[in-house]
Amino acid sequence: MSKKVVQALYNDDDVLLSAVKKVREANLKIEEVYTPFPVHGLDKAMGLKPTRIAIASFIYGCIGLVVATLMMKYIMIDDWPRNIGGKPNFTYITNLPAFIPIMFELTVFFAAHLMVISFYMRSRLYPYKQAENPDPRTTDDHFLMEVQSDGDASQLAKLLQETGAVEVKIADKKAIQI
Amino acid sequence: MASHYEAPIRNPLIVGDKTYHDVTVDVARPVEGKANRLWWIVFSVALAAFLWGLGCIVYTVSTGIGVWGLNKTVGWAWDITNFVWWVGIGHAGTLISAVLLLFRQKWRMAINRSAEAMTIFSVVQAGLFPIIHMGRPWLAYWTVPIPNQFGSLWVNFNSPLLWDVFAISTYLSVSLVFWWTGLLPDFAMLRDRAVKPFQKKIYSLVSFGWSGRAKDWQRFEEVSLVLAGLATPLVLSVHTIVSFDFATSVIPGWHTTIFPPYFVAGAIFSGFSMVNTLLIIMRKVSNLENYITLQHIELMNLVVMITGSIVGCAYITELFVAWYSGVEYEQYAFLNRATGPYWWAYWMMMTCNVFSPQFMWFKKLRRSILFSFCISIVVNIGMWFERFVIIVTSLHRDYLPSSWTMFSPTLIDIGIYTGTIGFFFVLFLLYSRTFPVIAQAEVKSILKSSGEKYKKLRDTNPNNSH
Repeated sequence: MSKKVVQALYNDDDVLLSAVKKVREANLKIEEVYTPFPVHGLDKAMGLKPTRIAIASFIYGCIGLVVATLMMKYIMIDDWPRNIGGKPNFTYITNLPAFIPIMFELTVFFAAHLMVISFYMRSRLYPYKQAENPDPRTTDDHFLMEVQSDGDASQLAKLLQETGAVEVKIADKKAIQI
Repeated sequence: MASHYEAPIRNPLIVGDKTYHDVTVDVARPVEGKANRLWWIVFSVALAAFLWGLGCIVYTVSTGIGVWGLNKTVGWAWDITNFVWWVGIGHAGTLISAVLLLFRQKWRMAINRSAEAMTIFSVVQAGLFPIIHMGRPWLAYWTVPIPNQFGSLWVNFNSPLLWDVFAISTYLSVSLVFWWTGLLPDFAMLRDRAVKPFQKKIYSLVSFGWSGRAKDWQRFEEVSLVLAGLATPLVLSVHTIVSFDFATSVIPGWHTTIFPPYFVAGAIFSGFSMVNTLLIIMRKVSNLENYITLQHIELMNLVVMITGSIVGCAYITELFVAWYSGVEYEQYAFLNRATGPYWWAYWMMMTCNVFSPQFMWFKKLRRSILFSFCISIVVNIGMWFERFVIIVTSLHRDYLPSSWTMFSPTLIDIGIYTGTIGFFFVLFLLYSRTFPVIAQAEVKSILKSSGEKYKKLRDTNPNNSH
């Protein structure tokens, strides 16, 4: 028997939030929630773990700073320690002020771009990827909660109907879930 | 509506009895509809200007920089003036999307998408000038430290012009991903609404398969916040580095420590004016007056007023320090600005930048759309003259009187500048017909707290307010 999920559509974010809380209280597993805009407090209500993407970004920024420092230290001090306009290129520290703008820019560059790439990879977003929202209305004004059904799907559908859903559907569980 | 309490003192940011679906429809309408005659006329004019400018660029590059009005004393004039002007305009976009996000300003939501588009398109214009003002632009790639067959001959990291390369390319690329990431949910909305197969395909491609999962939104918001946190210092650093082109020199009139903050303030000043110019037209032609309200215009005018005052303060500081310095070259540089052969440019700059934003103290004036529109244009003229005055008046008369000269632009100088304006509008007009010009996902998230309909609902039913 293929696994079933019950999809409940809501047309209000406050109703959705209370429904999420009710479903969690009933110890049912929320498979996924699709919303057209960020509903604040939804991740908390669903019990999602906080994202670590900001930590990743900090690490990427540190990498950028190291790359900039090593690059300019090698080029300006070690490889060709030239006298350009009387600038003291003996050690990195003596000419440090002139290196700060690029150290800063590369820190931001690495932190921003690698974080965005990480986000795209973790959330599996890329050109030509097929959209996976089960109902096109979820990018307009509807909110969809998918609840996994272990036993009687129609019983679950009834429960979800009571949480204020405007529409409840029973569907086959998709093969790929992230 | 327990989670949507807002102080009653705040005016609604979305007027009209809008629902979530209304927002979708209003934002999608210009994209799904057909361009009217007026659009085609304006687009043709912009395209013609762009092509003319392109011709001037090709002529310059193939003939030589000598076709411009530069001379041996004034080696920078319209090229760098236009460069700094365009970069400055671009800064407002990042300020609106990043700084106002950090300050949790909800009014940014209706304007950030277009402001960011303006950033991208104006930085593209700015990016042309560092290339085309080179004597040998085909060697422009030598500015990048790539290993090579000249014993690995590197670049010199002491030059602000190299810092510019890093600053502008970082700024453009970070702004681009910031903008695009924010566009994903809106492209997804257009994708899910599209009925024509071609449109469906295009918006599926550009929306990267966005599905709006709870986890996606959680990461999306975190990414937006961190990018805003990174873009804020970035925007300050980029115009700072641009100002270093002048501030780190030894030219009287250029060598000033006030330039970094003063250029940034000027950038916000001119950028917000440009946003105002564009949005006042856009809200009308795209029927978005319910989202870009008079309050938005008023708030932008206030930013213009504040930054205009900072710029005015910087002008006075410069004058004071010149007098206080006791350096005759410095004193002459400012005397020359006010009373020399370019006095008209200086006083044009003073009039447009110092006096015109002060009108915004009057509520009647700053809440007048027509007046705001006129001032926003005046400010951008003034800010163009600011860069012109700083660059040209400091160069044409400096240390050696035997090197004193004058500068006047040629038709090619003017043609390239006109061309960038045309190119900017070509991009912006195409954008306004194919992109969701309002970040609908963000606007929907404030609809309950700041929408007129919900505010009224709370007023009539006080038990429900919190």
